[in-house]
Amino acid sequence: MPGKFGKPTDPDYGERLAEFEARIARGEKIEPGDWMPEEYRRQLVRMISQHAHSEVVGMLPEGAWITRAPSLKRKMILIAKVQDEAGHGQYLYHAAETLGVTREEMLEALLSGKAKYSSIFNYPTLTWADIGTIGWLVDGAAIKNQTMLAQCSYGPYSRAMVRICAEETFHHKQGKEMVILYAKGTPKQRAMAQDAINRWWWPALMMLGPHDSDSPNTPTLVRWGIKTKTNDQVRQEFINEHAPEILEAGLTLPDPDLRYDEATGNWLHGPINWDEFWAVVGGNGPMNKERLEARRRAHAEGAWVREALAAYAARRQQTAVAV
Amino acid sequence: MNEQVKQALIAKLTALADDELILAHRDSEWVGHGPILEEDIALANIAQDELGHATLWYGLRSTLDGSDPDRLAFLRDAAEFHNCELVELPKGDWAFTLLRQYLFDAYEALWLSAAKDSTYKPLAEVAAKILREERFHLQHTQAWVERLGLGTEESNRRMQAALDAQWGYAQQLFVPLEGEGVLVAEGIVPDLGGLKQTWLLHTTQHLQNSGLKLPLQPGYQPTSRQMHTEHLWSLLAEMQSTARWDAEAKVW
Repeated sequence: MPGKFGKPTDPDYGERLAEFEARIARGEKIEPGDWMPEEYRRQLVRMISQHAHSEVVGMLPEGAWITRAPSLKRKMILIAKVQDEAGHGQYLYHAAETLGVTREEMLEALLSGKAKYSSIFNYPTLTWADIGTIGWLVDGAAIKNQTMLAQCSYGPYSRAMVRICAEETFHHKQGKEMVILYAKGTPKQRAMAQDAINRWWWPALMMLGPHDSDSPNTPTLVRWGIKTKTNDQVRQEFINEHAPEILEAGLTLPDPDLRYDEATGNWLHGPINWDEFWAVVGGNGPMNKERLEARRRAHAEGAWVREALAAYAARRQQTAVAV
Repeated sequence: MNEQVKQALIAKLTALADDELILAHRDSEWVGHGPILEEDIALANIAQDELGHATLWYGLRSTLDGSDPDRLAFLRDAAEFHNCELVELPKGDWAFTLLRQYLFDAYEALWLSAAKDSTYKPLAEVAAKILREERFHLQHTQAWVERLGLGTEESNRRMQAALDAQWGYAQQLFVPLEGEGVLVAEGIVPDLGGLKQTWLLHTTQHLQNSGLKLPLQPGYQPTSRQMHTEHLWSLLAEMQSTARWDAEAKVW
C-alpha cells in the first residue's frame, strides 16, 4: 500500500502523479487524505505555515498602536482587525494541520527562527498613519496574493483564503478610507500620511516576493495549481490598482520612474532594492529581532497558563472517570 | 428631569463609561501577546465589548449635555476621570488580568440586571443590551478563575497573589458617587449597597470553590472616584498621545 504522500521512488509514482496532475488540470480540489506528491505537501506546509506565522507576527506592529488609537471608533476597529489576524492565523494553522503537521511543530519552527513569515512585518510602525497605510498597502498586496490563492488546488487552503479575503477586503477599505481622510486633513495629518506611504510603498512591492527569475519554486507551484499567477503578475496587479488611487488622493509615491504605460495599460515601476529584501528575509530587517523576541516572550510567559489548563483538564477527566 | 438629577446622572454615566474605557484599554494591551491564540482572540473580544459599552455610556451622557465622547476619552485630563482604581492597575500576568475581569464582570452583570429596570428608559435599554454580552464575559472569566485556581501550584499561587492585590480595590465598585443617592431615590440606578451583598456571596463562593482564600486583611480600599493610582496619568498619556499630537485635527 503506497503512502498518500508519494515519492518519486515509489513504484507507481509516475502513474499516480499523472492522475493527480489530471485532477488539477480539470480544476478539482485536492482534499486531505487524497494522494499527493510529497513535494506538493512540503510546499503547501511551507506556504500555509508561513502564511499563518505572518498573521500572528503581523499582529505585533499594528497591535502596538491599539493603546494609542485617536478615537473610540478607531480603537475599536483596530482591536477587531488585529483580532481578525489572530483568527486568520488560527484557520491557517488548521489548514496546515490537515497535512499532518501539528501547531506545536509549526510554532516551534517560528520561535526557533527556522520558519519564515512575511518580510513586511519586520518594518517598524512609526506613526498612527502607518495603521491606515498597512491596511491600504499591505492588506491590499496580501489580498492580491490571497485572491489568487483562493483558487489554489488544495481544498482547505483555498477555503481558508476565501474566508480570509472577505475580512481582508474590509481591512483594506478601512485603511484606504483613513489615509485618504488624513491626506485631506490638517498639515500634520497630511504629512504623516505621506511619510507613511513613502516608507511602506517599496516594502509592499517586495512582500509579493522576488522576481519570477529569482523564484525557483514558482513553475512547480503553478503546475500543481498552488499558485495560479507569478509574483511579478500579482505585483503588477497591485501597482495598477494602488498607484493611481494614491495619486488621486493627492499623495505622491517614492518612485521617480513610476509611469503609466499606454501600450500595456500597466503602471511601470523603477528598480526594486532586492538587497534590502534579502537582508530582511535573512533576518536583518529593522524589526526582525524584536518581532521574534516578542513572540518568544509571549510564548514563554504563557507557559504556566498552558500547563495549568492541561492540569485542570486532566483532573476533570480523572474525576469524570471516577464518577 | 430636574437639574440636580441630570447632573448626578451625567456624573454616573461618566463613571460607568470611564470604568469600561480604562478596563478595555488594559485588556487590549494583551492583543498579540496572549498565552494561546484562541485566548488572545477571546480577550480581544472582551476588550471590544467593554469599549463598546464605554461608547454607549458616553453616548447616553451626550444626549444629556451634548458632550463629544471622543473629546471625553481623548482630550480629558486624568483628574477629570472617574473610573475606579481597580481598572487602572497595570495588566500584570494572565491571572491578574482574568481575575480583575472576573471581579468586574460579576459586579457589572449584577448592576446591569438591576439597571435594566431603570425608570430612565434610555438607561434601561442600554443596560439590557449590554447585559447579554456581560453574561458571556462572566461565564468566560468565571471558568478561567476556576481553571487557574485549580490548575497547578503555580497558577494557584498567581491567582491568589492577584486576589490579595485586588480584593480591596474591588470593593470600590460599590462606593456610590457623591449625589448618587438622588438617582437611587428616583429609581434611575440600583442601590450599590444592596448589590454588594449578592456580589460578595457569589464571588466568595466561586473563589473558594476555585481553591482561593479571601485575604484576611482587605488591604487598601479607595473611597472616592476622585482618587487615582499613579498609573492613570501614564495610561492616559499613552492613550491620548495621537489625539493630542495635532491640536488642529477635527477628525481622526
